[in-house]
Parts: sequence; C-alpha cells; structure tokens
Amino acid sequence: MEILVCIKRVPDSAENEIVVDDGGRDIRRDDLTYSVNEWDNYAVEEAIAIAEREGGNVTVVSVGSSEAEEVVRREMAMGAGQGLLLQDDAFDNSDGRGIASILKAAVTKGSYDLVLTGAQADDGAAQVGGMLAAMLDWPYASLVNKVEVSDGKTLRIGREIEGGAQEINEIQTPCVLSVQTGINEPRYVGIRGIRKVASVEIPVLDAAALGIQAGSVGPSGARVSRVDYFVPATGKGAELIEGTTKEIAAKLVHLLKAKGGLK
Amino acid sequence: MSAPVFALIAHKDGKADDSALELLAAARTLFAGSSPVALVAGSGPQVQTVAQEVARAFDEVWSFDQPDLGYPNAELLRPLLTKVLPQGAMVLLPHNPLGMDLGPGLSVKLDAAYVPDVIGSEGLDGQTLKVIRQEFNGQVSAHVRCEVSHGAVITVRSGAFPPAVASAAGKVVDRSADAAGLAARRRFVELLEAEAGDIDITKEEVLVSVGRGIGEQENLALVEELADAMGAVMSCSRPLVDAKWLEKARQVGTSGQTVKPKVYLALGISGSFQHLGGLKGNPFIVAVNKNPKAPIFQAASVGVVADLLELLPELTEAVKKAR
Ligand SMILES: Cc1cc2nc3c(=O)[nH]c(=O)nc-3n(C[C@H](O)[C@H](O)[C@H](O)COP(=O)(O)OP(=O)(O)OC[C@H]3O[C@@H](n4cnc5c(N)ncnc54)[C@H](O)[C@@H]3O)c2cc1C
Ligand SMILES: Nc1ncnc2c1ncn2[C@@H]1O[C@H](COP(=O)(O)O)[C@@H](O)[C@H]1O
Repeated sequence: MEILVCIKRVPDSAENEIVVDDGGRDIRRDDLTYSVNEWDNYAVEEAIAIAEREGGNVTVVSVGSSEAEEVVRREMAMGAGQGLLLQDDAFDNSDGRGIASILKAAVTKGSYDLVLTGAQADDGAAQVGGMLAAMLDWPYASLVNKVEVSDGKTLRIGREIEGGAQEINEIQTPCVLSVQTGINEPRYVGIRGIRKVASVEIPVLDAAALGIQAGSVGPSGARVSRVDYFVPATGKGAELIEGTTKEIAAKLVHLLKAKGGLK
Repeated sequence: MSAPVFALIAHKDGKADDSALELLAAARTLFAGSSPVALVAGSGPQVQTVAQEVARAFDEVWSFDQPDLGYPNAELLRPLLTKVLPQGAMVLLPHNPLGMDLGPGLSVKLDAAYVPDVIGSEGLDGQTLKVIRQEFNGQVSAHVRCEVSHGAVITVRSGAFPPAVASAAGKVVDRSADAAGLAARRRFVELLEAEAGDIDITKEEVLVSVGRGIGEQENLALVEELADAMGAVMSCSRPLVDAKWLEKARQVGTSGQTVKPKVYLALGISGSFQHLGGLKGNPFIVAVNKNPKAPIFQAASVGVVADLLELLPELTEAVKKAR
C-alpha cells in the first residue's frame, strides 16, 4: 500500500502563550516553539503501522516554508521512507482550499492508495482532508480512529462520533482519511533516529513543478482570509485568587467548602 | 436579492438535534432577513416526524426519505446536496462529526467558500461575509472575511448561537425522489457505543479534572491525593486518555462524557470548546493554569495562575487540615 501523509508545522499551543501582536495582524512569533501538528503525528504513526503490517511505503508531505523541512525530517525519523516539501512564495497565505489544491497536485504526481491527514490543525478548521478528497473525487472519512485493511481495495474504518461512540464503515481505496488522536501511540523519536535521516535529500516542488497557476492559490485564490486576530472583550471571567501558595490554598479550601466541594 | 439559505438538520430516534434551532439562529445572524430552508434526510416514518417538528421553526422544510439515508453517511449526503441545492446557496451545518465529514467536500463540489466552526458574525456586506472564529485551541479569536458570491458552506459551533424560538408554521416539501439512486464508495456498517467503564463520572457532584498541564504520568498521583482528600472523583481531558494514562470513561467532553457536577476543578486544562462541551449545569468551576491567557479562565468562576506541581501538595494539605 502506497500511503501519503499530509503534515503541517504549527506553533505548539500546549507549550506557548499565544499573544496577539500590535494591531492584530499576526500573533507574536519570535519565541514560539513549533512542532508537527498533534493530529498529524498520529496519522504518520498509523501509516507506518499499516505499511509494516501490509507492506508498502510511506511518504510525508508538507506545504510550507523551508522551516517545514524540520517537521518532514522528524516524521521521516519515525519511519516514513520519503519526504516531500511543497514550497513556493505563491503558496503563502493560501486558504484551506488553496492548500488542498496544492496537495492534490502532489497526490496526482504519485500513485497512492491512501492519503492520510490530521483531523484538524492549529486554526481548528478541519477542512483540508475533505477538500482534497473531493478534488480527487475519492471517498473520504473524517475523525478516523481505527483502520483495518480488509483486502486490497477495501478498508474497514472506525470514525469517532459524539460521546465516544464509534461508527464502523467500509471505504474503497484510493481514499482520504482524516485521523483522530488516540488511534495509536505515536512512537518516540530519539536523537539516533533524527541523525539517521539528517542528510537524506528532501525533494522540493514549486508551483511550476506541480503545474499550479500562481493566481489560483495564495491570497488571490483565497475566498476566506483572516482580517485580524483579537482577544475578545472578556465577559465576567474568573475571579483570580492571588497570594503565596499557602494563602491561595487556604482561600481555595474556604471556597470549596462553601460550595459543597468537600464531601 | 438575497441568497437562498439552508440548514442541515441532524436528528436521531425521530427527534431533531439541539443544533437545529441554533442553526436557525445562526442563519438569522449571518444573513439578516433570511428565511432558511431546513433539510431533513433519513429513512422511514422518522423523516416526517422530524420534518414536522422542524416546520414549527422553519418556514420551509425539504424532506428526503430513502432507505440508504437511514444513517447519515456524508458520502451520500454530499452528492444529494450537490444535486438539489441552487447555485450560490448558503448552507449551514453543525460543527460536529457529521458536519466535519460533509462540509469541506461539499464546499468543493458546490464551488462555494468553506467557513468552518463559526462562533459569531458581523453579518453580510455585499458579497463579503464577516465571521468570528477561534484559533490555537481558543487562545485567540479572529475576524475572518469570506467571499460568498458562489455561496458558502458554513459549520456552526454548538452553543455559540442561543437557539431560536420555534414560532413558524412551515410547509414540508417531500423531495425524496431527488434522493433516489445515490451511490457512495463508503458504506456504513454499524455503530459501536462507547464501552461503559468501571467508573461513572456523570453522576458525581464534585470532579477533580486534570489535563495535559500535569506534564508527566507520575504526577497524576498528586491529583489523586487531592481528589481523595476532597472525597471527589478524578476526571480528565482527552490527551490523558489518548496517552492511555487514564481510562476513556473519565474523559469529559463532546467525545467523552457529559457531566453535571456542582463543583468542577480544572487543573492544567486549557478549556477547548470540545472539553467544555461536556460540562453542563453551570457548575462552580475552579481553574488552575500557568497560562493567564488560557481560555478556561473565561469559563471559570475562580482562577489561580500557578504551577500545578507547586500548588497541588499545598492544596491537598490544606484540604486534609480543614476536615
Ligand atoms: C472532534 C474532536 C473531539 C474532541 N473531544 C474532546 C473531548 O471530549 N474532551 C477533551 O478534553 N478534548 C477533546 N478534544 C481535544 C481538544 O480539542 C483539546 O485538544 C483538548 O481538550 C486539550 O486538552 P488539555 O486542555 O488537557 O490540553 P492543552 O490544550 O494542551 O492544555 C494544557 C494546559 O495546561 C497548562 N499547563 C501546562 N503546564 C502547567 C503546569 N505545570 N501548571 C499549570 N498549568 C499548566 C497550559 O497552560 C495549558 O493551558 C477533541 C478534539 C476534536 C477534534
Ligand atoms: N500546509 C499544510 N501542509 C500539509 N498538510 C496540511 C497543511 N495544512 C493542513 N494540512 C493537513 O490537513 C489537516 C487538517 O488541517 P486543517 O484543515 O488546516 O485543520 C492537517 O492535520 C494536515 O494533515
């Protein structure tokens, strides 16, 4: 099975305090730590596990600046055989549809049976996988939390729905699946793994190589664009409790007692 | 002339989902003066039951009754909607596992803009729709501009728009014939309910809930000690279940349990909408987080900006002393 996994480099929102920059044009990016989008890590692990079980190859692909190379390399260190970077100034500020159309060009240059994406990335859009599938005219399933290869042409997949229930489907390949966290336990990447792929060549494809017309992506191709970031005027918000750790603990106990929190 | 607006009605066991009236409210906010058409697809007598229910809120309802639509398979709904919706349609879907499955591809097939997870709007100005979304797990909001001359597919976050009041006597139009002969390369097989665990957090009055901010698995002992001292039960956010540190039955949120405690401690939980979506009944929420910007502080009654590892031992001691 030939598998392509789409990955994105994102600011790590668990690690970072995201601060809106002056005027709201962007967030402050100077001392953000970046990593691979959490969901994509599960997608890569799933792809590698499928290839180990069923045979096949895993390629990871990212649309991004040259900095995206670092996450491509990291996911290769997990065990993806090939990496691919789709990079062109014309791709900057594409909307989800733009990103999907760039990825589509890369998919059609190869011959893949399965394309995996993460369920969502840093802007919470959860859109690229479904768009890519529709552009390819392939079937799609989102929020996938289980993949079994039944035969060469059919996968038995689980989708996570509300309340943690699982919807079992059969889907024909080639298809696109968006992967939900918890589907597996992504393997640890050690220094040795990183070293092993440190000098592997990662092909870079630009708009011309992908046959993409510059105006169709980037800002001119985008129907959806961010005007600004802002911090909403807070409602009442939490009453903050301050003091030394001891004082805070005492105040909390007092409140918990009053509210029936100590049984 | 205003563009036609549609809302897809999610339903189960012959009842419309809560999202139905929220979509109606959202449609009226996004497209002032619009009279959205409700779309009800399914199989059997339930379709009419739901269509009639929804007609008390929407002026017009299109119903689609076909055996294949008995389960909401997005791969069937997509070609159906692509076929029946007029050009330039504005389609509202709930931002839930169905809307997320259907929406992105539908926007491509309709050649319409895709506007996901909308929480607010500043309305339509000509062909430009201005909406409010969140990014980075709710840490910041964004104004987003969408060019909707070709229509739009919009998913709406649950709870963002207070439900509209049902006060219509709408007509139901049976369009089942349009849904004949649909085919998909994905087939629904079965639904597996979440396994019931040994623990039931849904009935607890006091929950000590822990998130990724706890850092390491062994630090969970600190949370357990606090919960024990309080006589409370430990619950958690999703990443701890994904990491297999705690069992699924302890997860609070849209893909976990819905809880209605009186008191809820959120320890190292950022406060994503999927987490808060499982927290009902307006509890007294105490949030502890080292990031003063964490969205949980918007939902909490009281907050402490602190490192859990420092606060927890002191708090547990203080609780023990107070008994
Ligand atoms: C379809 C779907 C369904 C989902 N369903 C659910 C669900 O049911 N339940 C759920 O919880 N999530 C769910 N999620 C995931 C959700 O989007 C968030 O990713 C998740 O809730 C984040 O969990 P968290 O707050 O523990 O982690 P994070 O967002 O990483 O937050 C950790 C917090 O801990 C703080 N922190 C770090 N270190 C410390 C310290 N030493 N002391 C104090 N504070 C510290 C950080 O400032 C941060 O705010 C779902 C996602 C999707 C896409
Ligand atoms: N720039 C990108 N490069 C490669 N894949 C991407 C990119 N942006 C999004 N994706 C993929 O699409 C998924 C969903 O992202 P989104 O639709 O932006 O929420 C991600 O988890 C990735 O798998």
